[in-house]
Amino acid sequence: MSRMLVVSPSPHVHDKLTVPQVMEGVIIAMIPALAFAVLNFGLGAVYVTLLSVIFCVGIEYAMNRYLFNRKTTVLYDRSAIITGILLAFNVPSNLPWHIILIGAIVAIGLSKMSFGGLGNNPFNPALVARVFLLTSFPVEMTSWPVPTPTLALDGNTGATPLGILKEGARVGDTVPQMMAEMPGWMDFFWGFQGGSLGEMSAFAMLLGLAYMMLRRIISWHIPISMLLTIVVLTGAFWLYDPTQYAHPLFHILTGGVMLGAVFMATDYVTSPFTYRGMIIFGVGIGVITVFIRLFGSYPEGVSFAILVMNAFVPMINKYTKPRRYGSKTHYVKPKVVVEEKVVAS
Amino acid sequence: MNLLSIFNNTKSFEMGGVHPAENKLTADEPIQVLPPPDAAVIHVAQHIGAPATITVTEGQKVRVGDVIANHTGYVSSNIHSSVSGTVENIENLLDTSGFKKTAISIRVEGDEWLPEIDRTPDLISEIKLSSEEIIERIHASGVVGLGGAAFPSHVKLNVPKDKVIDHLLLNGVECEPYLTADHRLMLEKPEELIIGIRVLMKALNVDKAIIGIENNKRDAIQLLTELTEDEEGIGVQALEVKYPQGGEKQLIKAVLGREVPSGGLPADVGVLVQNVGTTLAVYEAVQKNKPLVDRITTLTGVDVTKPGNYLVRIGTPIRDLINASGGVPEHTGKIVSGGPMMGKALPDLLVPIAKATSGILLIPESESRRAEEYNCVRCGKCVEVCPMGLEPYLLMTLSQGHNHDKSEKENVLDCIECGSCAFTCPSNRPLLDWIRLSKNNIRKAKTAKA
Ligand code: SF4
Ligand code: SF4
Repeated sequence: MSRMLVVSPSPHVHDKLTVPQVMEGVIIAMIPALAFAVLNFGLGAVYVTLLSVIFCVGIEYAMNRYLFNRKTTVLYDRSAIITGILLAFNVPSNLPWHIILIGAIVAIGLSKMSFGGLGNNPFNPALVARVFLLTSFPVEMTSWPVPTPTLALDGNTGATPLGILKEGARVGDTVPQMMAEMPGWMDFFWGFQGGSLGEMSAFAMLLGLAYMMLRRIISWHIPISMLLTIVVLTGAFWLYDPTQYAHPLFHILTGGVMLGAVFMATDYVTSPFTYRGMIIFGVGIGVITVFIRLFGSYPEGVSFAILVMNAFVPMINKYTKPRRYGSKTHYVKPKVVVEEKVVAS
Repeated sequence: MNLLSIFNNTKSFEMGGVHPAENKLTADEPIQVLPPPDAAVIHVAQHIGAPATITVTEGQKVRVGDVIANHTGYVSSNIHSSVSGTVENIENLLDTSGFKKTAISIRVEGDEWLPEIDRTPDLISEIKLSSEEIIERIHASGVVGLGGAAFPSHVKLNVPKDKVIDHLLLNGVECEPYLTADHRLMLEKPEELIIGIRVLMKALNVDKAIIGIENNKRDAIQLLTELTEDEEGIGVQALEVKYPQGGEKQLIKAVLGREVPSGGLPADVGVLVQNVGTTLAVYEAVQKNKPLVDRITTLTGVDVTKPGNYLVRIGTPIRDLINASGGVPEHTGKIVSGGPMMGKALPDLLVPIAKATSGILLIPESESRRAEEYNCVRCGKCVEVCPMGLEPYLLMTLSQGHNHDKSEKENVLDCIECGSCAFTCPSNRPLLDWIRLSKNNIRKAKTAKA
């Protein structure tokens, strides 16, 4: 029997959480949001999500197998499934299939595999694809279907709340006037509002966040610092002039902030290593989001903000290295008197 | 620090750390005495430093306690016979490192001890020897660190003149999963342990000693707290359960809040750490005149029929120990000397128990091999858990690219090889393998230069 003994260096045990399980955990965390998407948009949501996942997984498998000649399986590390779902979350539920395919090619082929696959991409693949589609197919990407009236309490228009806000500001309405046209706070929270497939329900996102934190897949640092920053900044503007600027809660609950904070900004690969770095990253996203929203021409801003901060990650890592043990001793050395024999002369 | 720990005054180190499943299967198993083996295999290098020089010849009769190999230079240790019998041969045999090293094989005949060894269970609490004599006796008795490091204790106790030690820390943490030898020792030999602490305090001329024990050993904490109530200068500190709390540097941080500087020694911050097992060996050497010929060790594993804690003679083949606890379970894939986090996988059942063998762990086939490796997903978990504040992912990449100079700048030599990073990495990256390679390369380059 001694011939069969395995001899390998320590450690001889491993934590339960491995990459496929992390990825599956993230997928489970997205189920509430998916459910809300189906409730709101019906079969369209299912169709778009399925297509997106199939395209993403297929492209990754094909590239690994035939382009890089890697040994691989269709599901491999499961990360392509996540990219697929996230891409679907970021588009309207009536997007034609060929645009989804283009999105998948951009996400997996261009922004992930061309850098060497999982772990090597500097930018969040789903967000690169979203921004690419937004600039290439602005009409298709911004004509959101009306949520099913049975569930949406209000007769919603196709526009997003943030779109209403920007448009209203252009024609000179005050914020309270515009808010009157929109669904109530609770509708925002539960997710009965217009927008992309998976970004509406703050409630679903919070469920996902809680689940991922419970399983220790992600920590609080990125989502909370990002959300707090947005609340503080928009809160300051709102206090300054509530007729010009929307309530901070409004900003949090609309336009993919929750989706970004929970699922996009927390992507391991494209976020910093240390907690300190993560907080800087989250605050950065918050600041940029608010500035794009309040002063830019795009109604939303989260996607851009995250991509911009993705670019800063290497620099953040460089300046937020962990403190080395022993760099401070917390000890005052006593004076040592080495006794010297005094030779009497 | 969690909320609970504020209430019950539990301390811990700050940076990093992990929580592997504790699996202390043998915590309630009393120490059993394992009879001497039929033949003992005693290696001459069971410690850090120069191998001892053999003083016996084949065919020579020895008794328990006879010196069979003398220390070579100062950083070395005496080796004593742990059995009585005839020296059969001197040859190269496998030891826990997995290499064949010089060993003395002794055929056991009877169990005759040197007459000057006090084998009675009587407690000897009066310490007659002076500080120098104590250290000399520890040197002569071949005492080394029993926690795993096997550093000769007399060297450690010989503190450089320019350093002042104000605290002696006793390491009763036993943070490795599965192992319970130190736990049982604290429960079953507490009085001896406390006298051993007094002996060390006298040797070092310090007046404060603190026993650090993790909270998963509440019984030991309670017992030693009671017993040290009237002992001036000796206290017990309960510690949160967190690996690697038993690392010297982590223990010092946890108990005293001090950090040993990079490349420095605990003495640089006024501390000296001794494992509780070593302290018992010190008691026996100094008070009972008994050299280090046996030790308490744990034989354990999820499939082992009767896992337990044993008092075994040094040089006993681990096969004997395994047989005593029910034999090798079917589907055993790996046998580890030490704990699962830092222990060494053994190639063979004939490897003998050495001075520093704190436990033998049998791992089932299904958990013996490493899982599939993935790309680094940059999750930062290895950085989060490193108790030394290092960046394991970076050190691995540097090592793979042979950038050892750069790793040295990133403090790779500070790595205590605790394995927390490799334990945690969700991509199953062999972080520590590559880090070790870097450390070895740097050390080799240094000795080549010197
Ligand atoms: S093995 Fe070294 S690098 Fe890894 S966690 Fe432990 S100290 Fe840090
Ligand atoms: S734990 Fe593993 S996957 Fe995560 S950053 Fe470290 S090396 Fe990369």
